[in-house]
Amino acid sequence: MPNHDVIIIGGGPTGLSAARALVDLGISDVVVLEREAEAGGIPRHCGHLGFGWQSHKRFWTGPRYAAELRKSTRFLDIRTSATVLELGNDGTVRIQNNSGISELKAKQILIATGTRETPRAARLVSGTRPQGVMNTGALQQHVYFHGNKPFSRPVIIGSEWVSFSAILTCRHLGIRPAAMIEENATISAPRPGDLVARFVFGVPVRTSTKLLNIVGRSNVEAIEIEHQNKREQIICDGVIFTGLFKPEKALLPMGELPESITLAGNVLEPLKTSGECWQQGRIAAEKIAARLL
Amino acid sequence: MQARFDIAVIGGGVVGLAVLRRFAMVGLKCVLLERGADILSGASKGNSALLHTGFDAPLRSLEIRCMRTGYKEYFNIRDKLNLPLVESSGLVVAWTPDELAALPAIVEKAHKNGVTDARQISAIELRLKEPNLAKSALGAVLVPGEHIIDAWSAPLAYAHQALAHGAAIMRSAEVTNGDFSKGIWQLQTVQGAITARIVVNAAGNYGDFVEAIARPSPFTIKPRKGQFVVFDKPAYKLARAIVLPVPTARTKGIVVFRTAFGNLAVGPTAEDQDDRELATCDREALLQLKARAIEILPALANIDVTANYSGLRPATEHKDYVIEALADRNWITIGGIRSTGLTAALGIAEYVSALYGKNFGELPKKPSKSVWTPVPNLTEDRIRPYMKGGEIICHCELVTRGEITAALDGPLPARDMGGLKRRTRATMGRCQGFYCSANIAAIAKGHFDAKP
Ligand SMILES: Cc1cc2nc3c(=O)[nH]c(=O)nc-3n(C[C@H](O)[C@H](O)[C@H](O)COP(=O)(O)OP(=O)(O)OC[C@H]3O[C@@H](n4cnc5c(N)ncnc54)[C@H](O)[C@@H]3O)c2cc1C
Ligand SMILES: Cc1cc2nc3c(=O)[nH]c(=O)nc-3n(C[C@H](O)[C@H](O)[C@H](O)COP(=O)(O)OP(=O)(O)OC[C@H]3O[C@@H](n4cnc5c(N)ncnc54)[C@H](O)[C@@H]3O)c2cc1C
Repeated sequence: MPNHDVIIIGGGPTGLSAARALVDLGISDVVVLEREAEAGGIPRHCGHLGFGWQSHKRFWTGPRYAAELRKSTRFLDIRTSATVLELGNDGTVRIQNNSGISELKAKQILIATGTRETPRAARLVSGTRPQGVMNTGALQQHVYFHGNKPFSRPVIIGSEWVSFSAILTCRHLGIRPAAMIEENATISAPRPGDLVARFVFGVPVRTSTKLLNIVGRSNVEAIEIEHQNKREQIICDGVIFTGLFKPEKALLPMGELPESITLAGNVLEPLKTSGECWQQGRIAAEKIAARLL
Repeated sequence: MQARFDIAVIGGGVVGLAVLRRFAMVGLKCVLLERGADILSGASKGNSALLHTGFDAPLRSLEIRCMRTGYKEYFNIRDKLNLPLVESSGLVVAWTPDELAALPAIVEKAHKNGVTDARQISAIELRLKEPNLAKSALGAVLVPGEHIIDAWSAPLAYAHQALAHGAAIMRSAEVTNGDFSKGIWQLQTVQGAITARIVVNAAGNYGDFVEAIARPSPFTIKPRKGQFVVFDKPAYKLARAIVLPVPTARTKGIVVFRTAFGNLAVGPTAEDQDDRELATCDREALLQLKARAIEILPALANIDVTANYSGLRPATEHKDYVIEALADRNWITIGGIRSTGLTAALGIAEYVSALYGKNFGELPKKPSKSVWTPVPNLTEDRIRPYMKGGEIICHCELVTRGEITAALDGPLPARDMGGLKRRTRATMGRCQGFYCSANIAAIAKGHFDAKP
């Protein structure tokens, strides 16, 4: 089995920027493994503007940004539809792809597997389990990949940056969120996010408000909330659980990381912007290159 | 009037499907009528998925009889239908001196129930077997024959084998009423009338409503909800055995068990309710379950929750199953299959076919050649399709496109997202569809449009 210089797990902004930077630093034996059919990571389905400033001084949509990242790495060894199943402690990587399971080996491994939002189940939310409950990531893929409108009047749970991405995503197909619900007294994203939500997008922001219960048999019919010890219902047909990012770290070995494994980007401490991740990818590449040279 | 069918089974849960299979395999002309968009949309949708020995079942009950025969037949047909089985064992753990004192009686009862390999083990042996168990465990009863299966593969296999023997399965076909005259039943369904010689009521949580078509129901269903919390994959390694508490009069209590899909779960609760259908999850109960699981296996404190779910047991005022034939009404009642139906289903089917013989004449001889319809493997302890290649769609549960399209086709295609999940595991993992649910919706497009 050939011993590659570097294997990068995850072809999002972090992984692609690291790959490109490694090559620029003279390390050319780099393999990127990406489990989706196309590299680019989360930005592939963030169809709204907000990408590219830090890295390219441009103001792009996510898919455009992802396309630019792919372009800048098009001569590199990027293997898509290649899922990493497991890491060995000797630098081996177990991979699944169209033809089955195989192994690769490398001197250095970069884990850049990103992050996901906490779904409803892990938040232990009460209520029934109807259709129409999802995270922003899934909503974006429905809307931007497939032109699907999973609901027309959802509520948005949470008020992080990504919650505003949920609003933008909704607007793309004319979905009008009924409210944004935040348990804390102020929104998590910086001000004037709440004012933007309310006055620019027409989405009422309700802080100090707790989600109690999801109501509905086959589809969402309402949510029950509590504000200042008063319960009320908001009629809606969907619930978008936003944020509370969890690193995608199932591959991480238990205990202390060996010298041969590096982590970068959103898998480290969610959530950063794509630009920061791009930057982290470059820094990781420098660290790895120094170890190899 | 000529009867279209010999047998009409009302209810496509695990029990109805096992009965359908049994009658179809002897060559009777059978139909199953299911109210839901897909089969397995009632009690059989969400349970602990344990294959029970019956060690703690009521002595000399119909329940223990059906469990024992069902358990045996499960092993007999397992290879031919590719049914799941993750070998485990049960450990009834004592945490207090009182519970410790109760263990010998549990062993004795197990032996009386024919589970002769059950035995008490010491705290030291327990620790050797389950090193991750909380240190306060005082001893246990070991029941080697308790195993882990999944809730859906077996009933799906029964359905497929019944279809292969000529049975019909109609979904979105709620039975609303029926008339019995001249030895023939005419059942009203939302899809029109069905005529059959004999009707089997296997309607689970609606069993008493359906029973009222034939007679005043001798039982009333009082659904008993059970909630579960499922932990992420790393938890699977924390306990090999199914960890049970010393039971109380009312319930078997909170169990911690691995799942066939490589997780570890805790549950179920036991909560009576009136609604026959809505099984909600309740934050307080989930938090308590989680806390209880951490008490039992302290290492769970560092492991994320993947999922939670709840199911409704078709409980009645009777302690035992209600299974009887009404000879003069051409009707067979299967009621109150509360908390052991997944295990007992094949045994119930056998019992029901014996009732048929006693009340409605001899059954046709079983044809010498049966068709076997192995189900795809969903469990972690055997080869899964992704290992041989293919495009993975659901990344957390490693479900391939091929598995998803197969579940959307074939003789009994999935009819809703729930049905697709139950056939493939798709979206059931830690991300709960963050990465794949939109792609799956796109693949499934057009397949879930209500066609009966
Ligand atoms: C809804 C949403 C909206 C956002 N909006 C903005 C915005 O407007 N502007 C902005 O700058 N940032 C935005 N972000 C943040 C930005 O998307 C992330 O910072 C960035 O994508 C992180 O890059 P990454 O490479 O670390 O992770 P990701 O982009 O998540 O990439 C990780 C990659 O690893 C792959 N992978 C994971 N596990 C494996 C495995 N086992 N084997 C092989 N491959 C694997 C994944 O398929 C994925 O392609 C948004 C994020 C979200 C979720
Ligand atoms: C929390 C919990 C944990 C459990 N754990 C285990 C376990 O570990 N091991 C085990 O062996 N068992 C277990 N069980 C028990 C097992 O799940 C049940 O005994 C079994 O599912 C009952 O099956 P059934 O076919 O009788 O009922 P159901 O699955 O409810 O099937 C009845 C079907 O009839 C349909 N129906 C109703 N009315 C009509 C109508 N009018 N017309 C047409 N169709 C109709 C319903 O839609 C339903 O699909 C558990 C149960 C629960 C709830």
